[in-house]
Amino acid sequence: MQEFAASLALAAHLVSAGDARLAGIVSLSLGVSLGATLLACALGMPLGAWLAIGRFPGRHTLIVAFNALMGLPSVVAGLFLYLLLSRAGPLGGLGLLFTPTAIVIAQTFLIAPLIVALTRQLIEDAWQEYREQLRSLGARRTRAVATLLWDGRFSLSIVGLAGFGRAIAEVGAVMIVGGNIDGVTRVMTTTIALETSKGDLPLALALSLILIALVMGVNLFAALLRAWAARRWG
Amino acid sequence: MTMSGWLRLEALGLNENGARLLNPVNLTLTAGRTAILGANGAGKSTLLRLLHGLLRPSEGRLIWPTPLSQGMVFQRPAMLRATVLANVEYGLKIRGVESAERRRRAAAALAQVGLGDFAKRPARRLSGGEQQHVALARVWALEPQVLFLDEPTASLDPASSREVERIIGDIAAAGARIVMSSHNLGQARRLAEEVIFIDHGAVLEQTPAAEFFKQPGSEAARRFLRDEMP
Repeated sequence: MQEFAASLALAAHLVSAGDARLAGIVSLSLGVSLGATLLACALGMPLGAWLAIGRFPGRHTLIVAFNALMGLPSVVAGLFLYLLLSRAGPLGGLGLLFTPTAIVIAQTFLIAPLIVALTRQLIEDAWQEYREQLRSLGARRTRAVATLLWDGRFSLSIVGLAGFGRAIAEVGAVMIVGGNIDGVTRVMTTTIALETSKGDLPLALALSLILIALVMGVNLFAALLRAWAARRWG
Repeated sequence: MTMSGWLRLEALGLNENGARLLNPVNLTLTAGRTAILGANGAGKSTLLRLLHGLLRPSEGRLIWPTPLSQGMVFQRPAMLRATVLANVEYGLKIRGVESAERRRRAAAALAQVGLGDFAKRPARRLSGGEQQHVALARVWALEPQVLFLDEPTASLDPASSREVERIIGDIAAAGARIVMSSHNLGQARRLAEEVIFIDHGAVLEQTPAAEFFKQPGSEAARRFLRDEMP
């Protein structure tokens, strides 16, 4: 218990002193997760909207597939991407393995199904409510989709925040494709795993505190945004 | 406005999954203000949606001798998460009306429904009655030649209902043909020149309103009037 207290004190010191190593890890984490979130939203939201409104053969299968992908174990996704990106793999020539870009790809891959599924649900409900009204006003399908995406902007932002929360907490796949290289691909979660196994608790704890604060902050922001949007726009 | 058959239905019918939602019907719409009456589930909304083109008939066809611009007001208006003004401008925007003109027409339509001061308010935060006014302004701004209304006052309180009724009268007076479903007999009597009575998916009569309310032609309509009369 005493050791824990001492570690915690040291951790608090690291955070408050703005330790350079710590700052580097945190900013890398934020950078890759933000990149992955933006990429996953850019791909996943139009796809989700298309699945919600489109009527084509195989649509149902795709929906089931994306739902299933949400439950894909992170390390399995990591292994799969590792095989793709490794020197001998089909995308080996790009030299992406063990780079921050590989982490962005892994996180995108892991959160995109979530974003697709949530967007689809959201747009499907909205479509139900607006379809006749929009058609009656003369909106064609493309216009209607754009209208629904804009109308759902607050809910979709919250979907994005949920994706970000998951991306930044991701560890298995990130460890495998990033390689956890000091100063290059070492993010918060992988550092926590490594430092804990090495017995260096202060750094692990400091990062955990920041990670908790970040994830809680994101969730709090999402809740506030939801409440504000409901009050402002209904 | 010419009163000779602006819309003809030729054996127009609708089946869905083996169920008959509308028996094939021949009708010629000539009146400027038509009420579609019938009990709940009789097929009033189905008929309106077919006329407006929201449903595709499974048999027969609609003939518009001269194409007329149309609008529709639903029982529950769907408001976008935007200001009242933006909601009213939406249909104009789709039609490519340029922004200053759009604003002018939307503001004018809002003034006509008595919501001139509501332009900047978020539409979904308004009461049901106010939202229905916005829906009327939204459709009026498009200056439709035909306006379909599906039970526009069914979920409103009496005061809002009267207001909505007045606006519908104004839109008709401005030259639009009105086709409205309702189960408010008083309202139908005040607004309609002609009644289309529908029962269990079958159009049973098309009668001048005064005659319909005095002496309906079908037994089902007589029963309907007796049940609905206070």
